[in-house]
Amino acid sequence: MSGLKQLRRRVWAFFAKKALDAELETELEAHLQLAIDEYIERGVAPAEARRLALVQFGGIQQAREKQREARGLMQIDILVRDLKYTGRKLMRDPGFTIVAVLILALGIGANIAVFSVVNTLMLRPLPFPNAQELVWIAPPPDKCGLSCATYSTDAYDEFRVGSRSYQDVTGYFAFSTPGNLKLSVGNDAPIPATGIDVIHNFFNVLGVQPQMGRLFREEDARNGAAPVIVLTDPWWRRQFNADPNIIGKAFDVNGKQTTVIGVLPRTFDFGAVFAPGTKVDAITPLNLYGPPRNWGNIITLIGRMKPGVTLAQAVHEAAVVAPTMCWNNRYANSCGQYKGAVIPVPLKNYVTGRLRQSLVVLWSAVGMILLIACVNLSNLLLARAAARSKEFAMRGALGAGRGRIVRQLLTESLVLSGAGAVFGLMLAAIVIAWLRTQGAIALPLLSQLQIDGEALGWTLIIAIVSATLFGLAPGLRMAAGNLHEALKDSGPGSGQSRKHERLRSALVVSEVALACMLLVGAGLLLRSFLHVLDVELGFQPARAAAVTVDFNDDPKLGDGSSHDSAKAILDARAAHFQPLLERIDALPGVQAAGITDFLPLSGNRSWGLPYPKGVTLPKNLHISGPLVYVISPGYLRAMGTRIRGRDFNWSDNTSTRGVIMINESYAKWLASYAHWPNNDPVGQVLVNDDKDPGMLVVGVTDDVHTESVEGENGWQIYYPWPQNFGGTPQLVVRSTLPPAQLATSVMAVLREANTKQTAAEFKPIENLVDHANSPRRFFMMLVGMFAALGLLLAALGIYGVISYSVTRQTQEIGIRMALGASASHVRKRVLVSTLRLATIGVVLGAAASILTARFISSLLYDTSPWDAVTYAGMAVSLLAIAALAGYIPALRASRIDPLVALRAE
Amino acid sequence: MVIAQERILTGSKLDLLQGTLDLMVLQTLAAMGSLHGYGIARRIEQVSSNQVLLNQGTIYASLVRLEQRGWIASQWGVSDNNRKARFYSITRPGRKRLAEDAHHWQRLTGVMDRMFRMDPAADEEPGKA
Repeated sequence: MSGLKQLRRRVWAFFAKKALDAELETELEAHLQLAIDEYIERGVAPAEARRLALVQFGGIQQAREKQREARGLMQIDILVRDLKYTGRKLMRDPGFTIVAVLILALGIGANIAVFSVVNTLMLRPLPFPNAQELVWIAPPPDKCGLSCATYSTDAYDEFRVGSRSYQDVTGYFAFSTPGNLKLSVGNDAPIPATGIDVIHNFFNVLGVQPQMGRLFREEDARNGAAPVIVLTDPWWRRQFNADPNIIGKAFDVNGKQTTVIGVLPRTFDFGAVFAPGTKVDAITPLNLYGPPRNWGNIITLIGRMKPGVTLAQAVHEAAVVAPTMCWNNRYANSCGQYKGAVIPVPLKNYVTGRLRQSLVVLWSAVGMILLIACVNLSNLLLARAAARSKEFAMRGALGAGRGRIVRQLLTESLVLSGAGAVFGLMLAAIVIAWLRTQGAIALPLLSQLQIDGEALGWTLIIAIVSATLFGLAPGLRMAAGNLHEALKDSGPGSGQSRKHERLRSALVVSEVALACMLLVGAGLLLRSFLHVLDVELGFQPARAAAVTVDFNDDPKLGDGSSHDSAKAILDARAAHFQPLLERIDALPGVQAAGITDFLPLSGNRSWGLPYPKGVTLPKNLHISGPLVYVISPGYLRAMGTRIRGRDFNWSDNTSTRGVIMINESYAKWLASYAHWPNNDPVGQVLVNDDKDPGMLVVGVTDDVHTESVEGENGWQIYYPWPQNFGGTPQLVVRSTLPPAQLATSVMAVLREANTKQTAAEFKPIENLVDHANSPRRFFMMLVGMFAALGLLLAALGIYGVISYSVTRQTQEIGIRMALGASASHVRKRVLVSTLRLATIGVVLGAAASILTARFISSLLYDTSPWDAVTYAGMAVSLLAIAALAGYIPALRASRIDPLVALRAE
Repeated sequence: MVIAQERILTGSKLDLLQGTLDLMVLQTLAAMGSLHGYGIARRIEQVSSNQVLLNQGTIYASLVRLEQRGWIASQWGVSDNNRKARFYSITRPGRKRLAEDAHHWQRLTGVMDRMFRMDPAADEEPGKA
């Protein structure tokens, strides 16, 4: 018979157990009867005949077992039996089972959650087809971050035409502000939404297909094309109730009738990849040849390499193309300024590369938690196994091999581990679902988080590994025991339990050391975070709030391309905003108010590099110009930024001299080339090129953290609102009133000035700072939670070991007390032994931390990885918790009644 | 300490390995026709003149193995003394297997015979069996 047929029979025999067993019983009975009959025939007495028959037969149970073994799947039989036994044993000790499963669920659950995060952010490719071909083209990371990673439309054209490595190159407008779209439905106040302008081939390059309708074509982005818009799935559902006939409908968006031509698929999330922490509602085409042509460096570049082209080839080619790119084709001397500033990197690296370090640290932290949990469990199981040593000795005496006993114990560990994994998976699913909705945290790809097949596979692996880790030690210990001794009544103080105690103490010391490392890590991150909060921002976020002001230029004044049209538009703007700001200033409770087109920490663009008149800057300066803020008088006062010199006033307009303000850093840099008296730029003139009449510097401002809170200070330049075309105006108001109260009065004024003012939100400036700090805060909180968890587990471990040793030493303590030791003496002894354990653990942990701390130094801010305060704080708190954990058993020891202790065994 | 049964020799009875017991069962069935478990065990005891250490109960494991491989077949019937018993008989594949195994045994015993009669002084041609 073939092996397969045999296997089938065996499987069938496994399931038909009862029937086959019954048949065997019949056969065995018949066998015995036949033997008895034969003896009786020979003249033996019936009772004697029965005895002889049984002797001749041999062990009946053994015969049964051998038969079963031969016919069925023995291994599974054993497994099933072990599982049933384990189940019974665990049910009988619910306290232990619940604690063990809980510890495992926390450890395994945390691991699954972190793995999913690491998988989504680091391991999985971006959610685009052939994502490895996508590259992000930008200068090397600079002190002005995203704001410097942009190119003008002319530069984009040149790059696209001059490069051969790409299937196509696209980009998007990098400086949209939230709420830049105003959807007017009926006569209600317009509804704000966030839109991004993209180059027409954006979706083609990324490989995104619409779920309804179509996406952009070249015609949609030309001068004079009918306005079109593409909706994102969430906005389509929320705002338009998932209208299946939305394609072709037109709505009033920003005053123009705009047709909806398509709806993006649910899997596309612009913010998740390109702008973490922002929600984008709709996408519109960017007209490269319209007004954006003069807006400066506004486009970020993304390319899709041709299949077979390597990154190195693309980088090499970009270096060749870069010098041909011009900031503006009309200014010949703006060509070549991108040299060295065009470098493709894989898009994946750009999106998540800077998180790599944090994720590795997080994964290590959560791995340590699991280790601590396993050590804890190992200790628990050892204690239990020690109590069951007689049981194991008995089994060994009855014929169970060592392997069999170890197997039984491993089954127990696997069952616990399995239960822990199931609950851990549920916990992780909850955490992941919550994380997915945290759009406010500025981390990319959060919305793509999910528990997938890989996470389940990981769960299985760590469940088995942890079961082995914590189950093996007690198992081997038990199986190695001397059966003879164990069967005898072993009192306290026997050699075996002392060896056990040493092992358990060693395990607890390792737990404490691991917890110590986690605490140090968390402490260092906390200190870094506190340092970040202390950074001098250059403005005062408290008590200031911003709101977007709706304003549309009068179309009758032209499009601003001619000198007269530009003057008319700017004058009209000044005429609108000056009285508006004066009215707001007059409101009760308002200390200062002003307008800007870009808020700090919100990205920005640059307009070339103005330099002192009469000075020739060296060639080949690969430096990005200062970030541009077009502001009204009063803005800097509203933000709390100090000025040396004077602020703008409303008489700085189109009829008067062009004026500017620059920040300290920029002033210092310029001063190294100019030779101003006192190095003071106030009163000096800066120009964009030799023919420029120049702009007069009237004030020098404090450095403002514009790109990030932690980064270096960049350069800023301020232009007056009446003299330059600023972007969407943001009104900033400084007031002692709470934002809600302020909002009503200010909105009333705004609506008075413009009936079409949307019901926009008043956003406190502090939110901007919080948002910028959110990744660091989030990370710190995670590690902090892990450290707290590790501390808790270590404390439990200490408690367990000390408690056990007190129990073991009950007689000895009784004797001591009988001989005159006081209760406080006994307490002290227990506490001393506790602290001894804890101190060894702390020393080991501190040593390990010192060795490994350098790996997280890149995540710290202004904090040394060997910061003494953190280490000291960690040691003190660990010892304190250890003392607390040891105090309860100490109390118990001191309450031992010597008479009872001496009598009991 | 409890020791597993099949691992020691007591007295002068021969220890039986699992495979040889199977072979004996097959041969018994081939020679005697249809028998129940007790009958097979008794027969083996008799034929070996009680030199074989046989716990009669071990025969049932052997019977299951042989039946799973298809070398014997079983059927419920009634014994001589009116007891319900299961009767086993050899199958055609079983006979074939028995013939192969018997041939193998003969070759083996022939070789072992010669090995045990090995004379260090005798003139052997190198390479000859």
